[in-house]
Amino acid sequence: MGKTIAEKIFAAHLRDTPTPENMVLDIDVIMCHEITTPIAIMDLVDKDMDRVIDPNRIKAVIDHVTPAKDSKTATQAKIMRDWARRHKIKDFFDVGRNGVCHALFPEKGFIRPGNTVIMGDSHTCTHGAFGAFAAGVGTTDLEVGILKGVCAFRKPKSMKIEVTGTLPIGVYAKDVILKIIKQLTVNGATDMVMEFCGPVVEEMNMSSRMTLCNMSVEAGATSGLCLPDKVTAEYLWPFIQEDYASLEEAVEDFSTWHSDPDAEYAETLTIDVSNLRPQVTYDYKPDKVKDVDELAGARIDQVYIGSCTNGRIEDIRAAASILLGRTIADSVRGILTPATPAIYSQALNEGLIKIFMDAGFCVLNPTCGACLGMSSGVLAEGESCASTTNRNFNGRMGKGGMVHLMSPLCAAAAAVTGEITDPAQFIN
Amino acid sequence: MKAFGGSAFFIDRDDINTDEIIPAKYLTEITKRALQPHLLEDLFLDGKEFDTQADDFQQASVLVTRSNFGCGSSREHAVWALEVNDINVVLGESFARIFRQNMFNCGILAVELSKADIDKLFALAQGDGAIKIGIELDKDTVVAENGKGEKVECSFSMNPFDKELVAAGGWLAYADQKY
Ligand code: SF4
Repeated sequence: MGKTIAEKIFAAHLRDTPTPENMVLDIDVIMCHEITTPIAIMDLVDKDMDRVIDPNRIKAVIDHVTPAKDSKTATQAKIMRDWARRHKIKDFFDVGRNGVCHALFPEKGFIRPGNTVIMGDSHTCTHGAFGAFAAGVGTTDLEVGILKGVCAFRKPKSMKIEVTGTLPIGVYAKDVILKIIKQLTVNGATDMVMEFCGPVVEEMNMSSRMTLCNMSVEAGATSGLCLPDKVTAEYLWPFIQEDYASLEEAVEDFSTWHSDPDAEYAETLTIDVSNLRPQVTYDYKPDKVKDVDELAGARIDQVYIGSCTNGRIEDIRAAASILLGRTIADSVRGILTPATPAIYSQALNEGLIKIFMDAGFCVLNPTCGACLGMSSGVLAEGESCASTTNRNFNGRMGKGGMVHLMSPLCAAAAAVTGEITDPAQFIN
Repeated sequence: MKAFGGSAFFIDRDDINTDEIIPAKYLTEITKRALQPHLLEDLFLDGKEFDTQADDFQQASVLVTRSNFGCGSSREHAVWALEVNDINVVLGESFARIFRQNMFNCGILAVELSKADIDKLFALAQGDGAIKIGIELDKDTVVAENGKGEKVECSFSMNPFDKELVAAGGWLAYADQKY
């Protein structure tokens, strides 16, 4: 019987099989941020185990609240900074070089097809876009990862998600994944790896693939995955050109991480996106999703464009295409947070930042910011935000606030009108 | 092995996420103890704010809930917030993966029961709110008893590896010995 890509990665990294249902994997990349790592560091110090398995396998960033907003976040940052220095972790990113982890680390070429990746962050699944097994874990798992380079998992099953048809104009990866989550519900993929495939995914750039994989956890999945191909190899080329004689050779090598034709899936879902409308969430769960038409007219107080889901250059370009020559509604506060310094710089070079500023947006430094309601755009009670992020839980962006998840295009349209709006009318 | 169980508190809702269990604003704390007053602070039940000061909640060692408990953010703070409130067992129909793993990694229990059994526990709590629940790990059984002496007993199957983690006192202790 053939194997899925996930099964191939597991087999290549298997350290132990404590029971037939459980596996302990060797982990290639252990990623750390300042919210979940400091307690792991302090616990290791406390237990006289302040070691790291290999500083080169550890990637660390201060991204959730940065620059520090108060003494507590300053302390968290300091614990990370001191630890990174102490253990000579060279891939550590601090103010000026830092950005949202799941946008920054891919951009640095840290994730390769076939890798295993963990981080104390549920959206670690984003990195599955490179054909890696990337899973969010808690602080204890992270701690063991840092110390021993291993992580235990209950063996996930694979779910094949085939995306077919042609994406209509103005409909994006975000709309596709929201639709999928709606269909699966918030726990429809628990203990599964969602393998995204089909012609629409093959056509997608890495940015869109990351958007898909990013939100797989919102359906409960252990990870999302895309099959590594020419698009992957082109994205990674600056980092792998020493390893391969040609791009074709890299693509060929990556194809060893493809699922076999006779691989078995626990479930298969086929979704034709040819008639897909822009999708928007309502209520407090990411599976509460409707076509934009059904929610059009709902008042919006804030628009947030950023995050590991949709804070990349492609997202900023899409939003700017609507904001060009327009101003946002008086009643709206617009916030743009490019996800990394490179994205910010690129947006400046392309004149996109000016478009946002002329439209009336506030432009912030790369950080998670309002996405988790800790800084830089927290909502007041009763306010609602059109947001390109990935979670709309009650209180997520501030107590009593409502978050409507949507694509960057939809969010830009909402900024212009001050209400949930079908972006079609603004697309030339 | 330590004993698991005690007074139970019932939360009749699916999909309680870790933002509700411990809001993000407390993630800047660097001690577990500091989370203690904030457990379930942002929970909404039937559109109403949850009363975290209620006596029966304050005294609980066991939570009984519905499906997909602990979904969302990976924050282990959710488990620590339970721990520092002396809650050592959560019973539910199902759990989100990361939360479930975090529970066993800390050496405490996320026990999955069938929907029918969870319904029975809720029904028992209808008659008399004061329910005591004991977990017998070696027999894979849960025994619940209300103030009138009425009992419900149900069985579960727990992954043997998760049991080993609990016996070792958590994943760090287990992994340190073995890998
Ligand atoms: S942008 Fe939001 S979802 Fe992404 S890592 Fe930061 S807090 Fe988490």
